[in-house]
This record gives sequence, C-alpha cells and structure tokens, in this order.
Amino acid sequence: MKATSRAFKDNARRALGDPQLQKALLNLRTGFAERRAHAVSQLPEWEKLRDEAVAIKRHTLANLDFYLEAFEQKVTAQGGQVHWCRDAAEANAAVLAICRRLDAQTVTKGKSMVGEEMGLNDHLEANGVTPVETDLGEYIIQIRHEPPSHIIAPAVHLTKEQIGESFRATHRALDPARRLEDARQMCDEARAILRPRFLAADVGITGANFLVAETGSSIIVTNEGNGDLTQTLPKAHIVLASLEKVVPTLEDASTILRVLARSATGQEFSAYTTVSTGPRRPDDADGPGEYHVVLLDNGRSALLGGEFEDMLRCIRCAACLNHCPVYQAIGGQSYGWVYPGPMGAVLTPSLIGVEAAGNLPNASTFCGRCEQVCPMKIPLPRMMRHWREREFERHLPPRTYRLGLAAWAFFVERPALYRRAADWGARILGYVGRARGRFRALPLAAGWTRTRDLPAPEGRSFMSLWAERVAARKRA
Amino acid sequence: MPDSKPRVALFVTCLVDLFRPSVGFAAVKLLEDAGCAVEVPGAQSCCGQPAYNSGDRRSTQAIARQVIAAFAGYDYVVVPSGSCGGMIKAHYPALFADDPATAEQARDLAGRTYELVSFLVDVMKVERVSARYDGVATYHDSCSGLRELGVKSQPRRLLASVEGLTLKEMRDGEVCCGFGGTFAVKYADISDKIVEEKTDNIRTSGADTLLAGDMGCLLNIAGKLERAGDPTRVRHVAEVLAGIAGPALGEPGGES
Ligand code: SF4
Repeated sequence: MKATSRAFKDNARRALGDPQLQKALLNLRTGFAERRAHAVSQLPEWEKLRDEAVAIKRHTLANLDFYLEAFEQKVTAQGGQVHWCRDAAEANAAVLAICRRLDAQTVTKGKSMVGEEMGLNDHLEANGVTPVETDLGEYIIQIRHEPPSHIIAPAVHLTKEQIGESFRATHRALDPARRLEDARQMCDEARAILRPRFLAADVGITGANFLVAETGSSIIVTNEGNGDLTQTLPKAHIVLASLEKVVPTLEDASTILRVLARSATGQEFSAYTTVSTGPRRPDDADGPGEYHVVLLDNGRSALLGGEFEDMLRCIRCAACLNHCPVYQAIGGQSYGWVYPGPMGAVLTPSLIGVEAAGNLPNASTFCGRCEQVCPMKIPLPRMMRHWREREFERHLPPRTYRLGLAAWAFFVERPALYRRAADWGARILGYVGRARGRFRALPLAAGWTRTRDLPAPEGRSFMSLWAERVAARKRA
Repeated sequence: MPDSKPRVALFVTCLVDLFRPSVGFAAVKLLEDAGCAVEVPGAQSCCGQPAYNSGDRRSTQAIARQVIAAFAGYDYVVVPSGSCGGMIKAHYPALFADDPATAEQARDLAGRTYELVSFLVDVMKVERVSARYDGVATYHDSCSGLRELGVKSQPRRLLASVEGLTLKEMRDGEVCCGFGGTFAVKYADISDKIVEEKTDNIRTSGADTLLAGDMGCLLNIAGKLERAGDPTRVRHVAEVLAGIAGPALGEPGGES
C-alpha cells in the first residue's frame, strides 16, 4: 500500500473538515469504549488475565526462532507449506505463484491487515487475478477503492448513507427501488452478492490472529463467519501472517483470545473462532486441497531486542485506536498507511521509516489512555517518544522548531537568567493583555489563537513576587 | 514546634510562574495550613517536558540534573501540576539508565515528589479545607495526574468541603483536553477539535466553573471557552481550595 503519512497534517485537516467522516466518528467514540469498559468490569480476573497474556507473548518473543521453526515442522508434517518472506514483494510473489500454479481466476479474501501491508489486492489485480473481499467492511472499502481506516472495522469511517450509495452504484443488477437503510439490509445484500463468488473462487486467502506452534494451526476470529467459507471451499487456503503471530500452544491462544475479544468489541468471545490445521485429509468432509502459510517479516525481526520489541506483543485489538482522542478526531485514513492510531504511530515508522512517518509519533498528546487500555500493556507513549528522540538525533524536526527549543533550553538551564526573563515576560504580556484578560492573536502561537484565545498572565512572575514577599518578611 | 514541621519545597512550574502566580500562593497557603514549612528554591525554572516530549534527551537530562540539585535535602517536593509532577516522579529516573549515581538521586527525588492536592490528602491527611466558593463546578481529570499519579478522588474529597460549592461530573471527564504541550501548537487543528469535545462536555454538565489541577489544560480549555463567548469560569483547583479567587483565567483585570 502506498503511504501518504508524510501528508499527515493535510490529511488531518481534510478529515476535520469532512462532515460525513465526523458523523461516522461520533458513533465510534461512544460504542467501542463503552462496550469494552462493560466487558472488563464483568471480569474480576481481568488484570490477571492481562498479565498472563503479556507473559505468553514475552516468552514467545524471547524464543521466536524456536517457535516459528516448531510451527513450520508441524505444518509440513500435516502436508502444508510455510513460505518465509522477508518483505512484501516476496510475500506477494509467493501468493501469486500459488494462484498461477492453480490457474486461479478469482480469490476470496478474509480480512487481513498483513494483506493490506503487502498491497496484495493491487498486486493480484495487476497480474490478472481478481480478489474478492468477503468481510463486510473490507468489501465496502474494496468497492469504494479506499484504504481501511481501522484495524478491526475497516469501514468505520463511513456513514450508513455512504455505504448505501456505494451498494447502489456497484450492484447495478438489483432493483434500484429496493430499500437499503439499515445494516441488516446491507448485510443481506452483500451476502447475496458474495455467496456465488465463494463457490467460484479457486483460492481462499485469510489473515491469522494466531499461529500455534504446538499444532501447526492458524486461528482467525470473525463475527461474520466469512472466514470459514473463504478457506474451506477453494482448492487452496493461503494464510497471511506476520511472524510475531505465533504462540506456543492452543491453551496460550485461548488465553489471549479472552483479552482480545473484550478489548476489541467488548464481547466475551468473537462469534466465530476458526482453527485451521493443514489441508483436507482423506476422510475430511470438506476443506482446501492445499494449505499455505505466507510468513511475513517486513522489518519486524529488526525490532527484536531493541526499544520497540514490546510492540511485537500487539494483538491488533484496536483498543488503543478506540480510546485515542487524536484518532477519534481525524479517523484512520489520515495516518496515511495501514496501521492508524497509537499502535500505528509506533509501528508505521518501524515498517516504512521515520522519515516518511515522523508525524505519527509526534501527533500525540501523550494522554496515556492507549497504554491504560492496551491488553498487552504495550508502553505506546514511551515508544512514540523513542521515535521522537531518533528524529531529533537525526535533525529531522524543522530548523525553526529546533532553534526555538534550543533558545528555550538555554534559559531554562540558567535559572537566574530565566527568572528575570520570566518576570519581564509576565509583565509585558500581562500589561498588554490586562484590559481584555486574554489574547485573540499572538505571533508565535498563531495555530493556537486561530481557534482559541490565550488567557493573559496576571502581570508578574511568581518567583519575583515570592522574592519580594520573603524580603518583606525578613524586614518585618 | 517549628522543627517538627515537614520541610516542603514548592516546585512552582513554569506555567504557574508566568501565567498565574496566584496558584503558587494558593499552594503555599494550603501547604502552610496543613502544617508544612514551605520554601521555594530559587534555582528552578521548568521540569523539562518541552525538551523531553520533543525528543531532546540531552537538554532534558541537563534540566533534570538541575532540578535534582535544587530540590535535594527537602522532606517533600510539591508541584501544583500532575503533568510536571509526573515528569519528575515517573520519568526522571528512567532518564539516567546509563548513569547509576544520578539515577539513584532521581529515584530519591521521585520518592519525595507529589502533586499538590494528592499530597495534602494522602500525605498530610488533610480532610477538609476552610474555604467558600459560590458556584457549580466540574472537575477535569488531567491526563498525567490521573494516569501517572492516581489523582482522582483527592481533589473531589477536598472540594466537597468547600462551602457553597456543588460538584457535578461531566461526561468523559477522564478524556484528554487536547493540550499536550507543544502538540497544541504543532497540531493546532487536531488539538482544537479535541478541546471542542471537552468544552461541549463542560457546557452540558451544567457547571458554571471548570476546575483542574494543571495550568496547561486550564489555559487550553479557558481559551476555547472564551473564544466561544462562554461565561464558564476557569480556575486551578488550588485557588478554590485556598479561597483565593481573583479574576478567573482570561477575565480582565489581573493584578499588576
Ligand atoms: S497496541 Fe495494544 S491496544 Fe493497540 S491494537 Fe495492539 S494490543 Fe490492542
């Protein structure tokens, strides 16, 4: 997927001025957070469960090579195949090779963020294979030719009306006078459209929430059941997974599933949890003829052992997005790549470079809500700060900003000088601003005063008034 | 028995120093009323957050060293801000991973440092204040105070003892106001959208006064309310607890 993260500020400005988007974001703001809070409050052992989940991932990451190899052995023993891919290009090539060998015309796809990361749909289309998204949200953004705006609800930035319009524009064979007002109707319509495509598909591609080393299985959770049809009907099932998805055992996966569903949608468990182990066996009633796991690194192994390793614990629950005031204000597409919100602010610079994505870790108030709700206790603000430090070391922030900061630090590091400057500042600003009590425009804070006043100082610095008070007390 | 009084150093914070010295005096009064001997070390300026949050680790370390030195030897260091208090308490120690001696001093300082209102309640065991404020107030939980220092019940407890004051909770009181230091200038549009949500929630709470424990949030919220012509008064919680109530933030006629 092509990144527009460099244009983050422009993207954000557009998003703030888009009434449809703002309307859609309003729904998001309340729904997810309330459902999560309720689910967590119903589970007395929540914190304990969280700790267990964190411990599982820590252990796995510390032994990642071991568990990945164990996983591969199991997959191979069951007649499947693991494709180790360094980057998106290798992963796309691996998928295309399978499609070509099976002479695939269409492939059905379940939701996969790794697929987005690879830009797989574009690659398949460019090579004559038609991908059909089967997750309702993914299907919607596919027919609108848009990138996802959320890691579990890709079309959450759209209103019902917008989706209805897109359906009418795309499903032209249907009665134009049909009713298409609520989610149910749209869901039914998408189902009816997708059903024959499931049957026609030659290859089914899904993501994976977990890879289980113990059994060589991949696990996906959905609420629509589309994943099951995607993977059991065609000739081959291809699983797209990044390498940190592996966990040692099925038991471990089920522990993490308990925190995942609650954090994501406030459910105790997702509606469908599908475990896939190898291709169809002779006595199986159905199943794919081939089973492939495309295992993508794409820069992740470089994070091991460094200050961003904790990010590899992420289970893509989206709680950090749903609780982020910045995400809630501008939506996911503003971030300009696959992963938005706080997790994207940390992950995106790791994957596409801080030069391209430097705005993301900077556009945070460090309010800390993401870390508070993250089931995997990932210190997201701390890692955003690490990115800012790397940027600063490489002189990436604008020159005027760096100079301003240096001038400020010069005074702050000299308290006696600072005291005098502060008192003068307070006197001047206080004098000028006293009549109104506030400023409506200030040269160095134009961004602020465009939409807000700045309250005026009272007129003297505390330190100077305090010095006078101490002197007066001594005289008395 | 002056000797038995705890020696408390006030870390004024740069925003209180520059914008609202009356908050500093309110803090001194509250601490003295609680039985502390208050001093204000002269060698203080800022806790270093602007540098820290801009990724300038070297300046941050230099500033932190200076704060550590200026506040050595006091029983407690009290800060009328959750954000600057959090900086000293939660972040200074981690700054010196490769300098164990300074790290130890930073940990020592962190252990003695408190946000003002939580210090009064949790350490000095203050249960009530003698102050009067006529109005209906709502309290905004500033992010660092809430999430780094656990400041939540303490201000509400003391505000409940203020005569004439009714406290009403707003919707999403724990959600950020969009200030975020340099964020408010670097990403002014986004910051503005977030503070708009906050002021909407303040308005629908029915309160006539907005209180919080952090100057940054207060300047941001007051500025947004004023631009909208909203008459809600904005004050630092310490002013109300100390019964010092001059003009509210952004009102004309600050003392000169
Ligand atoms: S960073 Fe944490 S909260 Fe965000 S998606 Fe990952 S696991 Fe969920």
